[in-house]
Amino acid sequence: MNKIIYMDNAATTATRPEVLEKMLPYFTEHYGNPSSIHSVGRDARKAVEKARRQVAEAIGAEPREIYFTAGGSESDNWAIRCASAALEKKGKHIITTAIEHHAVLHTCAALEKKGYRVTYLPVDGDGRVDPEDVRKAICDDTVLITVMAANNEIGTLEPIKEIGQIAKETGVLFHTDAVQAVGAIPIDVNDWNVDMLSMSGHKFHGPKGIGVLYIRKGVKIGNLIYGGAQERGLRAGTENLPAIVGIGEAIEIAVKELPEYTAKMTSLRDQLIDGILAEIPECRLNGHRTLRLPANCNVSIRYIEGESLLMRLDLAGIEGSSGSACTSGSLDPSHVLLAIGLPHEIAHGSLRLSLGTENTQQDVEKVLKELPGIVKNLRSMSPLTPENLK
Amino acid sequence: MYSEKVMDHFEHPRNVGEINDASGSGTVGNAKCGDIMKMDIKVEDNIITDVKFKTFGCCAAVATSSMATEMVKGKSVDEALELTNKAVAEALDGLPPVKMHCSLLAEQAIHAAVDDYKKKQGK
Repeated sequence: MNKIIYMDNAATTATRPEVLEKMLPYFTEHYGNPSSIHSVGRDARKAVEKARRQVAEAIGAEPREIYFTAGGSESDNWAIRCASAALEKKGKHIITTAIEHHAVLHTCAALEKKGYRVTYLPVDGDGRVDPEDVRKAICDDTVLITVMAANNEIGTLEPIKEIGQIAKETGVLFHTDAVQAVGAIPIDVNDWNVDMLSMSGHKFHGPKGIGVLYIRKGVKIGNLIYGGAQERGLRAGTENLPAIVGIGEAIEIAVKELPEYTAKMTSLRDQLIDGILAEIPECRLNGHRTLRLPANCNVSIRYIEGESLLMRLDLAGIEGSSGSACTSGSLDPSHVLLAIGLPHEIAHGSLRLSLGTENTQQDVEKVLKELPGIVKNLRSMSPLTPENLK
Repeated sequence: MYSEKVMDHFEHPRNVGEINDASGSGTVGNAKCGDIMKMDIKVEDNIITDVKFKTFGCCAAVATSSMATEMVKGKSVDEALELTNKAVAEALDGLPPVKMHCSLLAEQAIHAAVDDYKKKQGK
């Protein structure tokens, strides 16, 4: 069996061994309930508060602005549902974009059914939202702007700082889904002027099932879960202690290694993008060429379908993902690829390769060696391929 | 997710290609939905002596096309019309529920090719 080349780090990452090592004692040794007053409980409390400081420091926040959740989707749901509910008297208008994660889009759709108006801003061909469009969309009854920091499919970075400035000037609450951005680009919540920020531990080599919602002090968004006094009484339930320790360690390491990570990923990513575009005719890059996540490569390859491509790559030991309908479980391809203006048939042939810290130069070379042959083979059996490409 | 048979037909699809002097051919599906199948049949004395396909689509679409060509080869055109998508799926040891529409496409492609043949015969 060949070594597996994992290039689906935007879906999830492996937990770092050193993170796991820090987590393990909190299952069997320091298993206390952080709410207990005895020493076992106090040790657990200390670990939770250490992790809170680690997360806060990583994004320029204060520890008391960090709330642990069960993941990115929960953080997005909490921010959007509870902030809009808290501001119901002010109005029922939310501004977002057409390319958000479903955790945001489906939450907005649910609010529309409850009588909210939602503006879904378009993006340009590179997937960037225009901050001026955000400004123009703001009405008297706008209660929330929610725009992702970096797109999970095409990797495009959004002008969060500019939008944050507009939100500040107009006094509208601003949430960003930074699930893909944390650990991949520098983040400072004050520089960005965001009021709320979502993140997820398993996207930066932490464990699954743990996330964070940053809520700026003074912003009142109300309870997500009623019960005990955990998370300042806003999100009740006994803390997921080992995972909280894990996300704290993972984010600290990620931020410390960010310069090195950025240099290595950008170099591998660019070799991958340039190599694919040079080797495969009738192929395009999706997302902005430079304003993109350091580890994201997303291309559309004409005349072939994404799932077939993924399965062939898998057989060659290369793991990626696609925005084709067949991989999404619906008849429509990715909403992100449609939003940047791709026709359905080209969106179906998309391939996302998201790099990670384990990937090497050899991995990129292997992909560049295998991919053109696989594409050629699939094109040879496609009824759409023009003669010259067969 | 997929049976071994599906993977086998996906990895080693049978009867890929085109028949230059096809007795009948049919194309079904559309690129917008991510599935297109083209079937060519060669008919001699009412028997399908050769069949080739080309498919743009997912793993299940390729495997069902491949299996359908094997199932109609050597059959009379009327027997070929009796081929159902269920039979194709069963021959592949089943398909995930969301992929059943792919097998329907294979059935439709065979029908389209036979209809085309019959139309040409009628002339």
